Amino acid sequence: MPTTLAPASITELTDVAKRVRSHIVQMVYQAQSGHPGGSLSAVELGVALFWNHLRCDPANPDWPERDRFILSKGHATPFYYSLLAERGYFSPELLAKFRTLGSPLQGHPSMGAVPGIEMSSGSLGQGLSFAIGHALSGRLDRRDFRCWVMMGDGELNEGQVWEAAMAVPHFGLGDRIIAIIDRNGIQNDGFADDIMKTNPAEMWRGFGWHVIECDGHDMAAVDQALAEAERPHDKPRCVVGYTTKGKGVSFMENNPGFHGKAPTEQQIAQALGEIGGGLK
Amino acid sequence: MTAPPAQAAATREAYPHALIQLVEEGIDVVALDADLSVSTMGYQFGEKYPERWHSVGVAEANMVGIAAGYAATGKTAFIASFASFLPGRCFDQLRTSVAQPKGGMNVKCVASHGGVTVGEDGASAQALEDLTLATSLIPFDVIVPADFESAKQAIVAVGKTTRPAYVRTGRPKIPALYDSSFRFEIGKANLLCRGTDVTLIACGIMVEKAVRASELLAGEGISARVLDMATIKPIDREAVLSAARETGAIVTAEEHQTHGGLGTAVARVLADSLPTPIAFVGVDRYGTSGKWDELLGYFELTPERVAAAAREVIGRKR
Repeated sequence: MPTTLAPASITELTDVAKRVRSHIVQMVYQAQSGHPGGSLSAVELGVALFWNHLRCDPANPDWPERDRFILSKGHATPFYYSLLAERGYFSPELLAKFRTLGSPLQGHPSMGAVPGIEMSSGSLGQGLSFAIGHALSGRLDRRDFRCWVMMGDGELNEGQVWEAAMAVPHFGLGDRIIAIIDRNGIQNDGFADDIMKTNPAEMWRGFGWHVIECDGHDMAAVDQALAEAERPHDKPRCVVGYTTKGKGVSFMENNPGFHGKAPTEQQIAQALGEIGGGLK
Repeated sequence: MTAPPAQAAATREAYPHALIQLVEEGIDVVALDADLSVSTMGYQFGEKYPERWHSVGVAEANMVGIAAGYAATGKTAFIASFASFLPGRCFDQLRTSVAQPKGGMNVKCVASHGGVTVGEDGASAQALEDLTLATSLIPFDVIVPADFESAKQAIVAVGKTTRPAYVRTGRPKIPALYDSSFRFEIGKANLLCRGTDVTLIACGIMVEKAVRASELLAGEGISARVLDMATIKPIDREAVLSAARETGAIVTAEEHQTHGGLGTAVARVLADSLPTPIAFVGVDRYGTSGKWDELLGYFELTPERVAAAAREVIGRKR
């Protein structure tokens, strides 16, 4: 049974990240809707995970021993679908139908619509709970897969996240669940510090987690942080990646206006040029 | 683990018996509680199968998500709480994590302490909206059993489907209507009294009240049919339409508000297929403290009110 690929070099991962970013902006441009900002911020975290850490087999997406990747910040579908397509779960050609009638690629993920989607999400705060169910079931059935749950920092406003955060150490699931926070500092209505000022790293520590902080756009740092998260520890691990919303496109970077807005015709050309992305 | 009761018993007492039966029959059941397991009786399942039961603390939303994750791995996941919190406290989680994915995840809600018969705890603990919410979750079966035996069989029945379900149980000990020869079937009404002048369609604790109402009416020469409509969704259309055709007047009775519960489900069938006079018995105001049987009187969830509704609706027949 195939598991992970041979470890990819940082150069290889960086090339994948460029392609993923190009897909993201093209998908949102073509659909003229969607969420580019929080997709672009998550790219390095996702690419390093899917290429070097997630135990998976795109040709056998229901493999019971697979690691689960659960996208709790469900609006980041341009990122998620691009990642799955580039990793081989389905053809990248499908990406052009994002958010259109009849396409399996809805605006927010629909479980089972295409291979690799583990959970329907979009209503924020629900992914970690779902992962606990998977992990408890894995323990009951003596399977040793892991669940990797990606959350946004705005999402951490939701109370359910903390219900689940306290339950993971309580149930002793630290070796089965790893949390990843895309700390991009912007949420729907504006800057996170203005909407609901928090310190995610301190909060996760307070709930009994071992927090691993990294520059979420430094591919080598992300790769190392995820590797550290995999190593045994007496606490569950939470990787906080400090990222920039809209990373890679100058006019989207750190701009709350591009949380959920599509680029214009002029802007898409500029965006693709800046990403320099390897797509034909 | 107490022995199965033969006489008066609460429908909530059926829950652990049903779960244990399912496991013994080979169903891969897990069950979760949210710090009310002493009341939902879920703890009794946990004592028997500790590896298959978890308390998640006072965290209903997390409980729903965990159950959905369990179901995604092939388990049949039960969750229990009070009907005032499940579905109300975690409705979005039931919608997004249970109802929508793949046409409905294999998660079963068994919500105890439905209606005003919670008693002394008062309005905040008395669920009068749970059936409205549960029936709005598209793939859910919604069932309100009338006694211990039917509750046990209903919980076993939903445990053998792969659909999500909501089963409402109650706190007080109530009379047995059925013995083990009864065969519960999801979506099938059970005829308790034959009748030709009016049909009393009830669920839960109101089934026994409807039977007694039919006895009152019989004394006046009114022949009232009584249907135990435990399954509100999918409703037994054939039983409703037969009742309309053959008796020409309907009374619904439920320990719930009349918006969105049994009465609404019955009225919908009649409205689209055979418009028929109908009267609704329910509780359309918030509760208060009192002993459970006092509250039934206070809110007029009584045989006398059901009988009065029958007389009134018969008067509207053409």
